[in-house]
Amino acid sequence: MSNVTLKLRGLEKSFGQNHVLKGIDLELRSGEVTALMGANGAGKSTLVKVLCGYHFADAGAIELAGAAFAPTDAADAIAKGVVTVHQSIDDGVIPDLDVATNLTLDRLTEPGVGFFVNDGKLRRQARNVAESMGLTMDVRMRVADLDVADRQMIAIARAMARSPKLLILDEPTSSLSSSEAERLFALIDRLRDEGVAILYISHRMSDIRRVADRIVSMRDGAISGLFETEPLDYVGAVNAMLGHQMTEVDIDPVAGGEPVLRVENLKLFEDSKAIGFEAREGEVVAFTGLLGSGKTRLAEIIYGLAEPHGGRLLLDGKHYSPNGAGDAVHKGVFMSPKDRSVNAVVPDFDIANNMTLPFLGAFSGLSFLNDRMQRQACDGMIDKIGVVCQSNADDINTLSGGNQQKVMIGRWLLKASRVLLLDEPFQGVDIGARRDIGHYIRQTAKGRTTLVFVAEIDEALEIADRIIVLNEAAIAGEYVNRDIDLNSLVADVSGPGERLALAG
Amino acid sequence: MKNNDALDFAIRYGFLILLGGLAVFFSLYASGFASPRSAVFILQSVAITGILALGVTCTLVVGGFDLSIGSVATSALMLSAYTMVILEQSAFVAVALCLLMGALVGLVNGLLIVKMRVPDLLATLGMMFLLIGLQRIPTQGNSIATGMSLEDGSVAEGTFSAAFLWLGRHRFDLFLDRLVPVPVVVFLLIAVLIWLFLGYTRHGRLMYAIGSNERAAGLVGTNVHRYKIVAYMISGMLASVGGILLAARLGRGDIASGNNLLLDSVAAALIGFAVLGAARPNAFGTAAGALFVGILLQGLTMMNAPYYMQDFVKGAVLVAALVFTFYLSSRRGGRRTA
Repeated sequence: MSNVTLKLRGLEKSFGQNHVLKGIDLELRSGEVTALMGANGAGKSTLVKVLCGYHFADAGAIELAGAAFAPTDAADAIAKGVVTVHQSIDDGVIPDLDVATNLTLDRLTEPGVGFFVNDGKLRRQARNVAESMGLTMDVRMRVADLDVADRQMIAIARAMARSPKLLILDEPTSSLSSSEAERLFALIDRLRDEGVAILYISHRMSDIRRVADRIVSMRDGAISGLFETEPLDYVGAVNAMLGHQMTEVDIDPVAGGEPVLRVENLKLFEDSKAIGFEAREGEVVAFTGLLGSGKTRLAEIIYGLAEPHGGRLLLDGKHYSPNGAGDAVHKGVFMSPKDRSVNAVVPDFDIANNMTLPFLGAFSGLSFLNDRMQRQACDGMIDKIGVVCQSNADDINTLSGGNQQKVMIGRWLLKASRVLLLDEPFQGVDIGARRDIGHYIRQTAKGRTTLVFVAEIDEALEIADRIIVLNEAAIAGEYVNRDIDLNSLVADVSGPGERLALAG
Repeated sequence: MKNNDALDFAIRYGFLILLGGLAVFFSLYASGFASPRSAVFILQSVAITGILALGVTCTLVVGGFDLSIGSVATSALMLSAYTMVILEQSAFVAVALCLLMGALVGLVNGLLIVKMRVPDLLATLGMMFLLIGLQRIPTQGNSIATGMSLEDGSVAEGTFSAAFLWLGRHRFDLFLDRLVPVPVVVFLLIAVLIWLFLGYTRHGRLMYAIGSNERAAGLVGTNVHRYKIVAYMISGMLASVGGILLAARLGRGDIASGNNLLLDSVAAALIGFAVLGAARPNAFGTAAGALFVGILLQGLTMMNAPYYMQDFVKGAVLVAALVFTFYLSSRRGGRRTA
């Protein structure tokens, strides 16, 4: 094998109480693509941020091409040869400037460049960079006018203009179509041949199968698996990422009563397969799958935030096509969204006002709010779901993540619903709060159907009567939550291609 | 812990104590300050600014901003004069037209912001410019008064009707004869209404939720667009109420009046953030903020401070209030600073 470009030894990082990286040992070699997999919160992004100079490591050593590497800031990391292309493309480009300026921008910040910009020279330099990358667009075009893939290429080309030793790509295909992604992969192949070490972070198995020479799985701040012998053990990598220890299941699955929600021939995305299922009264159905498998999209369609590309929904046997969140709530379909700090928490409000927000109408007469009713209802829910707080007038930001999430989920349990959608209800929630929430959801499940969308299989096993696996926007498997064959479940999660390998 | 309590107390009551302190100070050192007439004079001086400030408070609550209020007020001033003097219509028609104009401007502002996705400051800045220009077109840039000569050579025959002037000039008896002017009553009435609306109705609560986290508010089913548009319509209508009262006080369509309205009312609304440690827009704070500026200016004037100091004093108060709001509350919040 080739030279070691980057070597990590015992890398640690904590944020306050939160121990995010617990001793990472890793080698990245030139001319190799290493795929890094890990669930949300596994510490991938912290690792990347240490490498690209946003955070300092608390302990451990980094060596880059044999020399100690401790970037003081992002610019220093780039100067020393570690270049990162971040997940959201527009972080990597300046949309309002032309391609030439974007490709040469970093040179403008170098010490010793003149006061005036020599446009002709910049364009020549830019053209050289573009040609070396196989880009054909006119360098005078505005970046904002390019399509997503081209912008992505520009971001990478900008990175390559510094001739890096290590290139980090963070979820580069998350906004690319498959043909656009193929162009990216071709570029990655070329860079690999030039001897660049590449760290490729992705949840998409198809990407990883296409580009990875080796796979590193992370879980809870540590490397949980390293796979580099041909053929790569993709199932093992997913297993290592999700964790071997599945929690003991103490669920007695119920079959449910009458179907509440029927989904027929639904196409989540333009080029995805149609899916169909029934969710019955009293039943908790978990949808699981990797990031990008279409879970959130499905939840958004049922909650009226997105239009399906075909198919239809039936609610209690009647045609159901909500035109927005307000309409869905009105029809008894509630959703607790993922990413609570962005999508759910109202930071200026106290617990009671956060909790009662969706149903202020029920707590007011002639539009005037009845503060006492609001607080009574809130106190009741605080007791039932077990929010740890001083009082219902506490600032929402004084609560821990788990307790905040209890408030956010509790808000939708104040009133009876027909369909309750919970998108990543256990995100950033500790195990104790997770049990509380799961327990209360199951306890109240009668009279509605509950759909839970989780990436972690353990979480699905803890809460659901039935588990439906999504893979690339199609249903890959369905299980009643009793003596589940975990190997089969994991194989469904990681992709249809793996089932044969496992069987053989 | 004790230190924290003191800080908490300062943030909560500091501004109101300062307000009371100022009143006591001027009562002692400015002769004639502590009298009902002087108090009413202060209220009168802040009534119109205060009404506009209450409107802009509503847009601040939904996380927006309305720079067009000053020009809506002066447009209402010119429109009411034009309606009565040149079109020779009744006071009722003039008032109705002005309110309609204010609502329409608010609607357009709201649509620009919500549907066209123009940033609020830019949309309302554009609207401000447009209205400043528009109000001058019908009279070729002249002020409007009875007896002015028109383009076609005739003379404007209409007059400001008595009913209209009553709005600006009538004074109600309260203990003393002819004490409280109509604009003060209107101001207090609107202040109470907006205070109830924002603080105690579910609509107000949802508007605060939108201002705090628009996505979260939308995802619980709030019609975010409608509330934002309504906020700008309230702002536009209150601004035109201010303009009507100004016209009724002046009795003519004075093209040069109302230049300071925008800055003064925005200042009052922002000073209001500091009242009771709210650190957010609120109707009580806005009214208190307007009053604060009024008391300070009246007191200084009675102590013979020159008029050209006024803007400087207002600016100083605003900056102090903003420090109060943002620096001190961020210290109280502890980790909330970036």
